[in-house]
Amino acid sequence: MMWKKSMKFGIAALLITGMLAGCGKANNTTEENAGNTDTKQEESYSGTITLAGSTALQPLAEEAANQFMEKYPDVSITVQGGGSGTGVNQVAAGAVQIGNSDVPSAEKLEDKSKAGELIDHKVAGIAFALVVNKDVNVDSLTVKQIQDIFSGKITNWKDVGGKDEKINVINRPASSGTRATFEKTVMKDVKINEAIGTVQDSNGAVEQAINSTPGSISYVAMSYLIGENKDLKTLKIDGVEPTIENIKTEKYPFWSYEYMITKGEPKDAVRGFIDYVKSEEFASKVKEMGYIPMSELE
Amino acid sequence: MKEKRRLNYWKNEYIGRILVTFCGLLIVITTLSIIAFICGKGIQSFTENGISLKEMLFSTEWKPSDSHPKYGAVIFIVGSMLVSIGAVLLSTPIAIALAIFMNFISPKFGSAVLKPVLELLVGIPSVVYGWLGVTLLIPLLREWFGGVGFSLLAGIIVLSIMILPTITSIASDALSGVPFSYLEASYGLGSTRWQAISRVIVPAARTGILTGIVLGLARAFGEALAVQMVIGNTVKLPSGLYSPTATLTGILTMDMSNTINGTAWNNALWTLAMILLFISFFFIVLIRMIGQRGER
Repeated sequence: MMWKKSMKFGIAALLITGMLAGCGKANNTTEENAGNTDTKQEESYSGTITLAGSTALQPLAEEAANQFMEKYPDVSITVQGGGSGTGVNQVAAGAVQIGNSDVPSAEKLEDKSKAGELIDHKVAGIAFALVVNKDVNVDSLTVKQIQDIFSGKITNWKDVGGKDEKINVINRPASSGTRATFEKTVMKDVKINEAIGTVQDSNGAVEQAINSTPGSISYVAMSYLIGENKDLKTLKIDGVEPTIENIKTEKYPFWSYEYMITKGEPKDAVRGFIDYVKSEEFASKVKEMGYIPMSELE
Repeated sequence: MKEKRRLNYWKNEYIGRILVTFCGLLIVITTLSIIAFICGKGIQSFTENGISLKEMLFSTEWKPSDSHPKYGAVIFIVGSMLVSIGAVLLSTPIAIALAIFMNFISPKFGSAVLKPVLELLVGIPSVVYGWLGVTLLIPLLREWFGGVGFSLLAGIIVLSIMILPTITSIASDALSGVPFSYLEASYGLGSTRWQAISRVIVPAARTGILTGIVLGLARAFGEALAVQMVIGNTVKLPSGLYSPTATLTGILTMDMSNTINGTAWNNALWTLAMILLFISFFFIVLIRMIGQRGER
């Protein structure tokens, strides 16, 4: 008798997930960023959500998933990494309900016709900082100086007020979201010189390389700098520190939004989850983890 | 009764036969479809994105994120070649020496200690090699030569340790396959042990040793993670041994997950994968040719 009951329940759960998946596909709207937080009814969500993509957003998405599942025990959420490209790919293919990305989906996709189906939801802001090896006795660089260093015009720390030491540039790969933000907000029209310095694949590899290479400079997400044992030296840009306050007043340029991308308008649990990540309720956790809550940016 | 026996015979004979045939076909189909898929994807950058084959194979400009993107793969092909050939050059003399030691100088120590140690070396995952390279080798190189430490040289050293067991075990098999009469004959002609080894045994085992070297080269060429962690990944031709550069496998692991299916960039990466595949085909053909020449 008992197992029959649980069978029934299982079949019901399967049907619901099936319906959810079906709903996601049917929609074809092109509305931008419809985060309707005001229509908040206390409904209970159920179903499974899978997220994949940006490794920069992954820790926040995981934390949000844990809290959301605690609130709605019938929802099961899986968060996977893979990179922003994977996020957009998977959501465009319908393999996951939410794709996490550091850049808007349209910037990654060449085929703009596909971009129409995808809706970007800004869920948080993320600040980045320039980091240097501890032996570098420079505390702040101007945007011009940063551009000159990464384009290879300045190669010695003494030219920007430091000691006589070679500058070792460490970049992220050309496809990295962090690097894309760096190019867009700091380098602007100046091209990063590919022939100087070295390239490291991840925040962790950058940290390792910065810590061990004298005179090295690179850039990492602030969310990565929070936590134990992260004693990388961060630089100010034009004398401005990377704080939420300075980003709100537009004094600090090096930051971007993080996106959760859905195919068509999100429904039910998916919408509930995205709203939850953006909500006041979750905002303090967002801040604690080194991201910028949407409530502070709007 | 007869029916039953026939059924039994069928069971005994054909089930096993069908099963193994199926497995054989499955692996052939799998391999062929992987090759077809990679080629299909790789060709797209020429057919759909209008990248010229000439640019891909002969240009050193790789700028996929530019407003006027360039897709020249020369840097990666040369980087992969240099790092694997360097590793083979460093590894082969040591491997042959080890093989001689294991077979002729001290077979007991060889089979009791050396062989198990080499097997352990094979078992270490490549990410661990890379991690050791970053934490031990890179600081050491920096101390000796200055600079950043991430370099072609670091890649060569890490790879040479990784391919050492491959070359050693095949060279050792080749040496032990040389007929004992060769050794006796050269002793009979009055040669010393070392003269017999260096002038008779090793030349006689030449084909097998060459096969080992090419296999090592192929393994070095396909290795991704360990090399990517220590080579620096700078997209430029190396100016010397102690200069960072990038490899085919390195650029694939770094950019594959961050580009979108169907974009020119992603397709260009598939083309790099296709080039990698063709180069390993070339190695396999080379091994076959060496083998055939040995038989004659």
